[in-house]
Amino acid sequence: MTLRGRDLISVRDLSREEIEELLASARKMIPYAEGTKAMHPLANKIVAMAFFEPSTRTRLSFESAVERLGGTCVTIADASVTSMRKGESLHDTIRMLSSYADAIVIRHPSEGSARLAARASDRPVVNAGDGAGQHPTQTLLDLATMHEAFGTLSGLKVVLLGDLKFGRTVHSLAQALALFGCEVVLSSPPSLALPDQARRRLRQSGARVTDEEDVRRAMKDADVLYVTRIQKERFGDLAEYEKVAGSYRIDAALLQDAKPRLIVMHPLPRAGEIAPDVDGTPHAAYFRQSFLAVPVRMALLDAILGGPRRGAG
Amino acid sequence: MRELKITPIKNGTVIDHISNGLALEVLRILGVQTIDKDSTVSVALHVRSGKLGWKDIVKVENMELSPRKSNAIALIAPTATISIIRDFKVREKRPVDLPERIVGVLRCPNPNCITNQPEPVESEFEVTQRRPTVLTCAYCDREVEDFLHHLA
Repeated sequence: MTLRGRDLISVRDLSREEIEELLASARKMIPYAEGTKAMHPLANKIVAMAFFEPSTRTRLSFESAVERLGGTCVTIADASVTSMRKGESLHDTIRMLSSYADAIVIRHPSEGSARLAARASDRPVVNAGDGAGQHPTQTLLDLATMHEAFGTLSGLKVVLLGDLKFGRTVHSLAQALALFGCEVVLSSPPSLALPDQARRRLRQSGARVTDEEDVRRAMKDADVLYVTRIQKERFGDLAEYEKVAGSYRIDAALLQDAKPRLIVMHPLPRAGEIAPDVDGTPHAAYFRQSFLAVPVRMALLDAILGGPRRGAG
Repeated sequence: MRELKITPIKNGTVIDHISNGLALEVLRILGVQTIDKDSTVSVALHVRSGKLGWKDIVKVENMELSPRKSNAIALIAPTATISIIRDFKVREKRPVDLPERIVGVLRCPNPNCITNQPEPVESEFEVTQRRPTVLTCAYCDREVEDFLHHLA
């Protein structure tokens, strides 16, 4: 793999082959992520976690991935305690961090911040979410979840449901699905439809894209139902929010019409989009999806930073 | 007889074939206030043109365009031509040319882009489509098509 020393800012930085290699490596990482086997390719490596906005699962799964690979972390988990509060620029903060660590994982509320960090740092930078922009490792773990369930990504019919306008995970996921020749069905209320730029890019990359506002019809013959959170704060009118959120709620009764092998995914945390009665059905894949964050991030960090295998076995 | 609407200049730059109505924007890009106070700036608005129907022309004495200003003009007036005049003669004439990357000329239309925050960084766009031109922010990936309103 040619990822050694490289940044990962957008999923578009990866070729289809590189994604496939990362997914294959992530599968091999599962026992190491569970702690039943041990390996230390990141021994003596320090990874800086530069989290300038709150995050629990992304930061913890990255920290866990580093620890499972035998590396150590230095962490900024609260930007208000850094020198940025004294007016230090992100550029300078990253420049400083890059002299303390072998790689930097960054989450920041501004779009483009990860690209800026990559330019400021002479160490590899991994984007863990830049505002409403990219979140490439989320896309990788989404793909890993689908691949694990179906053994392939090619030709899957994937419904992207809910907030397709502001949900940052869906834009890069849709791009990656196009790369694998998936059929993408966009299902959202008109006010939360996929922005024109994202839609145009999808078409340009040759994706088969259709729109179906009605959840039941969208789900027909689908392999994957990818549900996103509809955020209350996006609506001026609470009644409008209730109406929209209500029509995009997935429950076990609705899934009775679905293909038996359909999986339901969600980047979590959920806020009522998926009823708890789905958890016990074979369709529920969202907890598995959140577990796969660790082996996927291990595979990535190993590819970017890993040295020779030590203690593997 | 053809009427001479703008007097010739000895040394300087002529920007011709500017789309009708955009000369004042070109002047804004040139930053006329920075031009040598003894130099003449001539602007012709709404001039007949064989190619364009109507066009604008800007002539600036004693100034040659920087690449950055030339890029900015290429964005808002892609039909423009630039002639360098030395000793009353046209020494060089070329259409404006859009490079692959445009640095520092435009503001990103995304207010939450890191280039719009107080960071030591210049805006940067990649030309992702030509005719019509579409630029994509190298940082936040946002596309911009309305260049006039986003000149830095």
